[in-house]
Amino acid sequence: MQYAIVRNGKSRSFPEGDSFLSSAVAIENAEVVIYLGAAIVSDQAKSAVLVELGTESLAVHTGEDADEAFANVVGFARYRNGDDPPSRLVELVRRPWTKDGAVEAARKVFEAAGLEVVVCADQPGRIIDRLVRPKYNAALRLLDEKLATQADMDLTCRLGLGYPDGPIERVKRGGLAYHFEVTQALFETYGTPAYAPPRQAVVAALRKRNGK
Amino acid sequence: MTTIRTVGVCGAGGTMGAGIAIVAARGGFRTISYDVSAESLERAAKQTANFFAKSVERGKLTSDERDAILARMEHTTKIDDLAACDLVIEAVFEDLEIKQNLLRELDRVCPTHTIFASNTSTLSITEIASGCSRPDKVVGMHFCLPAQLMKLIEMSPGLLTSEETFKAAWRWTEQCGQTPVKTQDRPGFILNALLVPFNNDAIRAVEAGVATPADIDKAIKTALGYKMGPLELIDLVGLDTQVRLCEAFYPITLDPRAAAPPLLRRMVAAGLLGRKTGRGFYTYDGATMFGA
Repeated sequence: MQYAIVRNGKSRSFPEGDSFLSSAVAIENAEVVIYLGAAIVSDQAKSAVLVELGTESLAVHTGEDADEAFANVVGFARYRNGDDPPSRLVELVRRPWTKDGAVEAARKVFEAAGLEVVVCADQPGRIIDRLVRPKYNAALRLLDEKLATQADMDLTCRLGLGYPDGPIERVKRGGLAYHFEVTQALFETYGTPAYAPPRQAVVAALRKRNGK
Repeated sequence: MTTIRTVGVCGAGGTMGAGIAIVAARGGFRTISYDVSAESLERAAKQTANFFAKSVERGKLTSDERDAILARMEHTTKIDDLAACDLVIEAVFEDLEIKQNLLRELDRVCPTHTIFASNTSTLSITEIASGCSRPDKVVGMHFCLPAQLMKLIEMSPGLLTSEETFKAAWRWTEQCGQTPVKTQDRPGFILNALLVPFNNDAIRAVEAGVATPADIDKAIKTALGYKMGPLELIDLVGLDTQVRLCEAFYPITLDPRAAAPPLLRRMVAAGLLGRKTGRGFYTYDGATMFGA
């Protein structure tokens, strides 16, 4: 399935040089149009119109209520742990009224590029950030409370659960300032303490803001 | 410092206890497996013999080494037989009163130098130790399942545990080839403090209609490199076990993430306990996935 890309600035899913970008065709020849950082233009003639999401809801682009003009719009984000390279996972985001055909077209485009696709509802944090950010928060708070050393906490998760890396080394590698950005957005929408940015992330964000 | 030569394992008829006994005997220590049930001990002894037979088949042990290990293992249903132990590790049912009563009995039976270690995963070491007259000689020693294969041990001193006791117990785990990590005496130590709420969050995501169980597990495995997704893991350990863990953590921590999600309770009420009943978040008699 051929796709076109409309870009505006940097994409977290497909950074400069990603082979996915070079396989795009002109819009008039594409069945699917992918917007990276650019405002979407509805186009009912296409199988799907895809919009890359950051921490925002898909409804920011489509509106909350069912709208035929946006029924083929699907949100997506390729999961990336902060500054780490993008993973192979693409989370597709749909509204209740998104057409199944549009979701399937989006799936085909990404799977053809060798990526793994999951589908989720338009809820903050999608799947991964919704689940892992509270765990990283808990780990960082427990570290502050001296439950154990960082090395022992990470080692425990690697040996006890078979994780490839521990939660603290992972969140630090991705960048604590980025963790602040994501958890702040989640906290603003969910309002529950589990998503509140932990001290270390607040410090990192303030230092970044102050140019340190 | 206490020199450990003989190790007792209480609850050795169970899966965890039997695994700990293997670790101790394999580490070169005379090991006395104790359980109130002779049948359970017999079953565990057969499983242990099979385990070592496979170790020989796979070239991990010679038959002479296997014979030497098995010769170090004894079994008893009499608690008084633990009088010879320098270290007793309890892996009995996860109930504070049961563990406190056991330590009181051990207190009576064992010499004053004997160290008592608890394999609890949720209870306070300090509270368990309050059941005996030697709280300075009680230490947390949480093995992971299956103990005979997993290297990790979470070591926790209670408030009154002496440094000498902690060091002696720590050194013993290293002598057995295990990897100890030190944690405070807090609910769930490290592993379960992070895992139980995370698993609950995954259940809540299913309940909130975020995605199917299959897509949640696929996302976690693909993005994070975990071997198993959280819902697959809950199905493996049992949904009823997850409820029990929540019931152990939530009243102590009052952390909302540790509270059992309503969907979990409904599934347990419906008998959907995971692999053990053939259906949990997935079904196991075919390729169909519940909720997918």
